[in-house]
Order: sequence, then C-alpha cells, then structure tokens
Amino acid sequence: MDLEDQGRIKELAESYGKDDIVVLLGAPTTESSQVQFETVTTGDPSYAGPLAGVELGLPAYHVFEPNVKAAIDPDKYEENIEILEMGLEADAIVDALAGMRAG
Amino acid sequence: MNGYRSTLPDLPGRYKVPSMPTNRPVIRGAATALAHTPSLVRYGSKPFREATAKPDFLTNLTRSLWSYNDACRYLPNQVFIGSQAPARLWEVEQPWFDKLADADGGEPPFGHILEERRFLALLACADPFKHVLLRERFWEQMGPVLEAARLTAPLASRTPALLTDAQMDAELESSNSLPLFAAGEGAPVGVVKTGHSEDEALSASVLLENLCCKVSGALAVHELLNHVDGLGPSDVDLVLSCSEEAVGDRYQRGGGNMAKAIAEFAGCDLGTGIDIKDFCAAPIPAMVIGASLVESGVFENVVVVGGGSLPKLGMKSLYHLEQGIPVLEDALSAVAVWIGRDDGRGPTVNLEAVGRHPVKAGAALDKQFRELVLEPLRRLEWGIDRLDRVVTEVHNPDITVSAKAGDVAARNYKMMAAMLAMAKEIDKSDIAGFGRAKGVCGYAPTQGHIASGFVYVPHALREMAAGDIRNCMLVARASLFLGQMTELTDGMSVLIERNDAPQ
Repeated sequence: MDLEDQGRIKELAESYGKDDIVVLLGAPTTESSQVQFETVTTGDPSYAGPLAGVELGLPAYHVFEPNVKAAIDPDKYEENIEILEMGLEADAIVDALAGMRAG
Repeated sequence: MNGYRSTLPDLPGRYKVPSMPTNRPVIRGAATALAHTPSLVRYGSKPFREATAKPDFLTNLTRSLWSYNDACRYLPNQVFIGSQAPARLWEVEQPWFDKLADADGGEPPFGHILEERRFLALLACADPFKHVLLRERFWEQMGPVLEAARLTAPLASRTPALLTDAQMDAELESSNSLPLFAAGEGAPVGVVKTGHSEDEALSASVLLENLCCKVSGALAVHELLNHVDGLGPSDVDLVLSCSEEAVGDRYQRGGGNMAKAIAEFAGCDLGTGIDIKDFCAAPIPAMVIGASLVESGVFENVVVVGGGSLPKLGMKSLYHLEQGIPVLEDALSAVAVWIGRDDGRGPTVNLEAVGRHPVKAGAALDKQFRELVLEPLRRLEWGIDRLDRVVTEVHNPDITVSAKAGDVAARNYKMMAAMLAMAKEIDKSDIAGFGRAKGVCGYAPTQGHIASGFVYVPHALREMAAGDIRNCMLVARASLFLGQMTELTDGMSVLIERNDAPQ
C-alpha cells in the first residue's frame, strides 16, 4: 500500500479511534487486495511504511464483497462498479479476503 | 447503454469518417529481430541498481542466465520469430521456461535470434564516435563472423575502434566506463566510454542504451529488407522510430533522433527519419502517421521500427531469482513494418477506424478500451462479430506471473470483454472465453512498445495471407503518468484488413 495512504489511515485511526472506521478496499488484484487488507489489520508486510509493525486491526472490506455490494444503491453499483466486477478477478478477491478473516 | 454512462458524448458518430485521397496504404511486410544478450542484463535498470546495492547480486544473476541454445529453444522466442504460431501457446501448459524444445530447423519466417557476441561487435560498428572500444582479439574473431552472414554483413562495414589487451586493461580502470562482457569469455570483450564528462545525457550507460536500440532496430530493418520483395535500402523514404529510448544531450535530453541513426546504419541512404514518442503506445501512432503519409502521397515507402530497450532487461529479475527460475528478460527485441502503396496484396491500414483516447475519457482500463475498441467499431457500424482478432499488450506471462504481476494479456481481454458485455456487444457468458476467441496469448518480451499489438503484425500478415483471419485490430496503451507531467494514460488503435476486404 502507498506510504502516503498508510500515513493517512494511521492518522485517522489515531484521531477518531479504531471503532468508528471501516476501510473500503478497491484494489484490482487478489494480491494487492491481500496486501492492503494485511496492512490495515496486522501491519505493513513490506515494513516500509508508517504501518510497519502497527496492528491497527481495522475492519476492511473490498467493494466487490456481497455485504458491501448490498449496502450500495444497485443502480449506482451497476453504473460504476459492475463492469469492474466482471472484468477483474472479483471472485478470487472475495474468497481471498474471506480466507484471511478466517485466519 | 445499460448503466454504463460515459462522460463523453454518445459513441456513434462522435468522430467523422475522414475523407481520404486514393493512395491506399497497405502493410507490405513486417519482420522481427531478437538479440539474446544475457551479459547485458546487468545493465538493465533494475539489475544495475541491485548490483550497486548488493555485491553478491551479480553472482546470482549470472548463474541464472540462459545460454543462446536455451533461448532458441524457448517457445515464446520461437513465436516471436515466427517459427511457431501464437496458437501453439494455448496448447502448451504454462510455465514454458521448463519446457524447452527445438523448433523445426528451417529458416525463421520473421527474423533470427542473434547471438550475444555478434551483437556486442555490432555495437562498436554502430558507434561513429568511437566510445565503444573492442578488444583486438575479439574483433579478429567476430569481424569474419559478421561478414559471413547475410543479416550482419551490411552492418559491419565500418571497422570499430580496437584496443590491445594492455590498452583495454588501462581503459577498464576508468570509473566512468562500462565493461562489456560476453558469455564464455573470461575477460571483458569491450568497453563503453562516457561521451562527455559533464553531460549525464551522454554517460556510458545512456550511450550503451541508445546503441542497443540503434543496433537492434537496424537488425529488424535488415530482416525486413531480407524478407520482402520490392524494397531495397535505398527505396526507404522515411523511417519512423517508435523506440522508447531518448537520444539527446544535456540541453535537450530527449530531443534527438533515433530513427535517422537507424536509417543510416541500416543503409537507407536516400531516406530520412523521425521519432514518434508515446511510451508503450508509440508504435500504433507511428503506424497511423506512416500510413497517413503514404495515403497523402508525401512518402511512398515508410518503415516503422521499434528497437530494443536495454533498461527493461532483468526488470523482474529479483522475483525470478527469488523463485529459482531463469532470468527471462535476457533479450533485446525489435520489430520493423513496411507501409507502402497498395500492391493489391498487403493488408490495408484502415485510417477510417483509428481509435483514440481523448483527455476526458479517464484512465480506467474499461474506459480506455471503450474508446480504443468499441468507438472505432461503432464508427464503422461493425458489430464485434465482424472483428476477427484484437491484440493488445501481449507480454510473456512466464515473466509477469512469476513476478506477481499476473497475466497481462489475459487481464486485458477480460476487462475488454466486460466492457463489450456492458455495451451489449457480447453476452456476459462469453466474457471468460473472449480472449481465446478473439485474442492472443502473451509471448513478447516485457519491452512495452514491442509487446503492444506491434509485435503481432508479422503474424497478422501471415494469418491473413492464409485466410485464417480477415482483419486485426492493434491496440496500444501508454502510462503517461510515469513521466509525472500528467496523471493521464494514452492509447491508440488501428484496424488492418485483408486487401480484398469489402470497402
């Protein structure tokens, strides 16, 4: 995850507390989604950014996940997201994040 | 448009079909050249930086490089030079690097794989300013070898600057020089000196990079000349280089002209040359410009050439070393395409259907493909069924999958198919099979301008001649944001069609 984004997420978590923050991921591949998920939960796996060694433990979901999709106006989802869901490895991303949550 | 709304005006009729004069431009030939240069991998951008930081990197790198024989037995390389059809890539399970096999022993249809020592000797032949100096003994071996081959003889007419062993030892002590190694040779076979002590644009590494492009580009032009009828070196009016290198000096780093250097070295003595720049997309604008110049009658025979990119060698080598697989980015690749007036046989370049990427279109992949693929089809009032082949970014997945970057071609085809499904051009159930139905499996080295649809032109010509396809759309994209002058991307597409296609 981008070092600048890591810094902003860390700042937000420190300012507002972890309980009121959900991270919505939009990464295009399974690998990048996993890295982003790991970064905001157990810390930056590359040990390069502000979240290196920082276990924020934030809840994180990808925009393709069914519970996120259910919370979005279907017309807006179709207009803005559906083509990406069809064109990217959406199923693999959803499965990978479910697997990571299950530990 | 079923929920997919562009911020631009509706597609049909956005651009007018231009009215054209009558010099219909056709592709009269295309060729490729591949220089297997494992000892130059150390001077790729990533390996060079790694070697500077970690002294043991070069030892590991050298152990993981292929021999020339291995490179010749590698399926993607065989497809690159036309010894195998691209369809063969669907048949052989990936990865391919552990399935080396001889192709049939015939003459490669598009071009040869050049062995490293020949290429290094040509670097010195191509250097009018004598910054590349060869060991005398090396040239005594290689001069006759170059002279004896049809491909290299015309490029080896100039005797390079030579050094005795003692002179070479003294030259190698200079910290501004780069030694040139060759597999199987104990000591460096040559050295590249800096062009100017106070000009970074003329450093030894920049000169080496540019000379690699010049030589590989000229090799592709000569492969073209050797493979076609009706085009001698002096018949070439204009060379358009779509290479990625920037020739220049400290006052204008990218202001120079690679095309004319290639034209001169290739013996195109009555031609001139200009560079067309657009990152990895450059070959398609270059083809469109070249075809337009033929159509207008300004030039009769235009050769579009993309030379090889030294900085991209070993770009993913860290991943390859980590996984204990060969460092697969070990060859400089080049392509040359001849665009001329209609001979009644060559595929036409359809200038009525040039796809473009307007500023306002946005950088998202689906939006790019909408502009580059769907818009030109709608302009021609074609359904997708009428398009037989669409080719974009056919990077070799052996290289990218092992580097955790995925299969670039497969990813592009899936997104292109999703866009076409949203536009009701195909059924959603056809998304998964779209790549196989209309596309090509990746096989090109990760030198982006070559891996763009450009590399496929010789195959497209062969498939059209055989009646396998009626047409082929070449689609190239460019990451303009890398230069940090804009956050945009760019792209262009062009449709080529069998000469007898209905107009």
